[in-house]
Amino acid sequence: MANETAELEVEIVAADHFVWSGAASLVKARTADGEIGILPGHAPVLAILAAGELGIQPVNGDRINVTVDGGFFSVDSNRVVIVADNATVNDLATA
Amino acid sequence: MGAQIRVYRQKIASTSSLRKIFKAMELIAASRIGKARSRVAASLPYANAITRAVSAVASQSEIEHPLTTEPEQIRRAAVLVLTSDRGLAGAYSASILKQTASLTELLRGEGKEVRHYLVGRKAQAYFDFRGLDYQQVWTGSTDNPEFEVAREIGNALLADFNTAFEEGGVDEIHVVYTRFKSMVSQEPTVIRLLPLEVVEQEAASESDLLPLYEYEPEPEQVLDALLPRYIESRIFAALLQAAASELAARQRAMKSAGDNATELINKYTRLRNNARQAEITQELTEIVGGADALAAS
Repeated sequence: MANETAELEVEIVAADHFVWSGAASLVKARTADGEIGILPGHAPVLAILAAGELGIQPVNGDRINVTVDGGFFSVDSNRVVIVADNATVNDLATA
Repeated sequence: MGAQIRVYRQKIASTSSLRKIFKAMELIAASRIGKARSRVAASLPYANAITRAVSAVASQSEIEHPLTTEPEQIRRAAVLVLTSDRGLAGAYSASILKQTASLTELLRGEGKEVRHYLVGRKAQAYFDFRGLDYQQVWTGSTDNPEFEVAREIGNALLADFNTAFEEGGVDEIHVVYTRFKSMVSQEPTVIRLLPLEVVEQEAASESDLLPLYEYEPEPEQVLDALLPRYIESRIFAALLQAAASELAARQRAMKSAGDNATELINKYTRLRNNARQAEITQELTEIVGGADALAAS
């Protein structure tokens, strides 16, 4: 991507509420085909999310695990939007 | 005379107890409206994200998908009507039903068969009373809609949409709901849900341009998975807006009912005082008249 800022802007939204947002250095998600890891500068992707866990490595703090039950996510210009039918953050200790 | 005072007293008592009910309902509506509005706001990120994704897929790739392509001939239309379960909300349900009637007429005028899907007991009662047909009805949660209900409605509508006309399916879907503009203004609105109207809009800035996505798995499958969610989220958004509008309409209706009750109580109090005074005057006149008669005899 043209504007390389070395972090991802992550936003997780569920159908009726906002779940989490923040800066991250890595997002790992499960798609219908397998796992996908997103680092800053990833090409734009629009993918179907499989039910399961996704991991986010925030810029500051510990890794966050979010359980989702299906949805989709989009990546473009370091902006990751995860749209889940239902999402729960498992560890918010240092988020 | 005494009878008249009693009637006024009864009227004052009954109007006062009605006013208590109006006040209570106004307060309940007022306290719920904040929550309803924040739910509308909370659903926005999801709706925005999904709309962006759908427009990206639908506008960039030339995918032949039943949900995005307009059938050559629309022969049957589904109309989803969002009203309230309970009354005492002024003209809220009535204006939705009026809008529905004119939409139905318009669609029939275009030679389409119209099939209604109802939300809210008020719509059900209206259709039942007039002996009109409807396909399906959902009641019970119009002032606090759950996402599950939106999903159920979405599934029912999509199932009919995916059915061929010959087998009883529908070719397009409209929604009639009340848009929440502000606390004082709510507007009955009609939107066409399906087929999608992909709006080609000018990008205002670089960041508004939709990126060229890679799809995973295939664009068709992504669209398959996205569109039901998009429909659900549109229906859910409409339900939430309708709920906020219902509460706002109820609050306003109850406020004016309460004000009218206060006015009536004032009026009856004056009339009662008048009657009481008249009674006293008459009694005095009678006593004086009697005393005069006694003295004269």
